[in-house]
Amino acid sequence: MRHTISVLVINEFGVLSRISGLFSGRGFNIESLTVAETVDPKISRMTIVTSGDEAILEQITKQLNKLVSVIKVHDFKGEPHIERELLLIKVTANAETRAEVLRIVDIFRAKVVDVSPRAYTIEITGDEEKVEAFKELLRPFGIKEIVSTGRIAMPRTPKHHK
Amino acid sequence: MTKSKKLTGAEIFLECLKEESVDTIFGFPGGAVLPIYDALYDSSLKHILVRHEQGAVHMADGYARATGRPGVVLVTSGPGATNTVTGIATAYMDSIPMVVFTGQVPTALIGNDAFQEADIVGITRPCTKHNYLVKDIKDLTRVIKEAFYIATTGRPGPVLVDLPKDVLNASIEYSYPESVELNSYHPTYKGNLRQIKKAMDIILKSKRPVVYAGGGVVLSDAAAALKTFCEKLKLPTTNTLMGLGGFPGTNKLFMGMLGMHGTYAANMAVTNTDCLIAIGSRFDDRVTGKTEEFAQYAKIIHIDIDPTSISKNVKVDVPIVGDVNNVLKELIKLIPSAKGLKEYKANIADWHTQVDKWSSTHKLSYKDSPKGRLKPQYVIEQLYKATNGDAIITTEVGQNQMWAAQFFLYDKPRTYLTSGGLGTMGFGLPAAIGAQVAYPKRTVVDIAGDGSIQMNIQEVATAVQYKLPVKVVILNNIVLGMVRQWQEFFYDKRYSHTCVSVAPDYVKLAEAYGAVGLATGKRDEVASVLKEAMKVKDRPVIMDFRVDPAENVYPMVPAGQPLNKMLLV
Ligand SMILES: Cc1ncc(C[n+]2csc(CCOP(=O)(O)OP(=O)(O)O)c2C)c(N)n1
Repeated sequence: MRHTISVLVINEFGVLSRISGLFSGRGFNIESLTVAETVDPKISRMTIVTSGDEAILEQITKQLNKLVSVIKVHDFKGEPHIERELLLIKVTANAETRAEVLRIVDIFRAKVVDVSPRAYTIEITGDEEKVEAFKELLRPFGIKEIVSTGRIAMPRTPKHHK
Repeated sequence: MTKSKKLTGAEIFLECLKEESVDTIFGFPGGAVLPIYDALYDSSLKHILVRHEQGAVHMADGYARATGRPGVVLVTSGPGATNTVTGIATAYMDSIPMVVFTGQVPTALIGNDAFQEADIVGITRPCTKHNYLVKDIKDLTRVIKEAFYIATTGRPGPVLVDLPKDVLNASIEYSYPESVELNSYHPTYKGNLRQIKKAMDIILKSKRPVVYAGGGVVLSDAAAALKTFCEKLKLPTTNTLMGLGGFPGTNKLFMGMLGMHGTYAANMAVTNTDCLIAIGSRFDDRVTGKTEEFAQYAKIIHIDIDPTSISKNVKVDVPIVGDVNNVLKELIKLIPSAKGLKEYKANIADWHTQVDKWSSTHKLSYKDSPKGRLKPQYVIEQLYKATNGDAIITTEVGQNQMWAAQFFLYDKPRTYLTSGGLGTMGFGLPAAIGAQVAYPKRTVVDIAGDGSIQMNIQEVATAVQYKLPVKVVILNNIVLGMVRQWQEFFYDKRYSHTCVSVAPDYVKLAEAYGAVGLATGKRDEVASVLKEAMKVKDRPVIMDFRVDPAENVYPMVPAGQPLNKMLLV
């Protein structure tokens, strides 16, 4: 089971290594990890995508919480939230296929950010489902390279207050 | 905050230790910490000069285990720092409060592969509760304050503070922070009352309850509360290796240790219980055996200060996160007004009969032969007699550690000091020295194997230097006994590299160090050797007991087997 976990940490040197060390040392899996400052420059947010059964996820959350540098751990599982990642995809695009690639780019509201005679570099943002569908459609043309930011997430603001 | 004159980082370091009521530090000098050693020259702080940095850490560890106060270590950068790693990992596994200060190359040189530079913060990240590199003298007092706070609160553990030489040489106005502000660290001390009540309910409905108490009882100074709790509810009780002394070894309710080398009664009781009350214990694999069958008929209540210990290896029914002492006191408060107390006591009568039967049919024993080879268990029994059970025992690792757990009864907490989690050979002697430094008048004995004792034998010199009358009982079986035992049982008696018969003459070795050396292989001399050793008050004594090399530790649950599948004597 895939989980997206948000971890608020004290923004100090070595903190990334504490977190990644915990995952590697205990055999937990990291599928992606992003880090950046929050509105408070003394605090950073890490968004970690990981997987495991319930017991493993429980351990991951508890172990993260135990680190002295960790302020808060939040698992988005089962809660309305927004997820995004950004990808740069370099795809083969020659005279014959160019139009078709552009059509797909259009449908997905992606952007061509670099053009060469034989390839397009495309920027796309979205949740996992959208990004995966996009990659699937481009694959037949020949994907040369993909760079991804990894996933970030934020809870949705409740629409109705009870 | 009180302001005063400017001090150097090194002087501030010593002031901070005073603020933290540190009376003794264990250390070894070197270039990077010379500023501190220079300041120590005029200081009243007691410094124990060790012979190897690993020794310093185990000594601080022994000091901490014996007293409950944090152990403090001071070493230099590079090799001084890396030599502490085994000791730190040992303390980490057993949750021992400790602060280790390492020197570091000047901040400008960090990362340059400077002379005696090691990234000790990086190296010790996974084996410390937390660690720090102090890059600016402005942070020094805050970091030291936090280090002691973190080491001693919540689930205790070692904290390392790396001190670059330029920070030690810089100066600043000194003031010690009055409080710690850590918005990311809040240990839970009070247990949830609803959970506590639920636990009491389950206990009173049970017919076959068992208490399984671990090192957390000792760490939270909860021995008195545990005794009251168990006696009021007539709970058959077992201790883990780390828990020994947390419940009186001579108490009627005590079944002995559980686990791989636990007693028949304890392992059978835990296998058959319908209500397991785990207190300050962590379901280690040496305790549970095959986890699927561990206490499989029981509702499990688990009290521990560390949420990560709960449901890590074995799923529990009633988790209670909190300080063991606090939670036990809450539970005790509930007893007088608890519903169904009378029925409960009637209901558990049969269980007591059953437990007593297990205890009496399979007592801990060994095949003693008055004419044959000296048995190691006999030596421990004699030691128990010679000390009236009133001693701090430390151990090395292996068979010696298990026999010390089985054949010496610990009535008080902080009297059985052993490396339970990491199983570090070489722990016992320096740990004994640390305990003896804390309690110069008490009897402190390291129960050792002839393999382990060699691992930190150099610290005999430290004990001689400070006139510490530590006693070392070597159960000399000329083999790495515990490993040999596994080879006998599980590797077809293929004794690969476990014979250590080439060894020093321990009597001569002791004398060479300025200690007292005694030796015997005869049963009827054991008592007199021990008696003579106990008379020595001004220097260490090494006793070489030449014991039967073929002796094994029983009972034994082979690794991964359920606890009721014991190999018996
Ligand atoms: C530092 C270290 N290295 C290796 C081991 C593995 N080990 C566990 S018990 C043991 C044998 C110990 O021999 P000895 O000290 O003679 O004790 P005995 O079992 O004979 O009582 C060994 C090698 C260990 N626990 N620690």
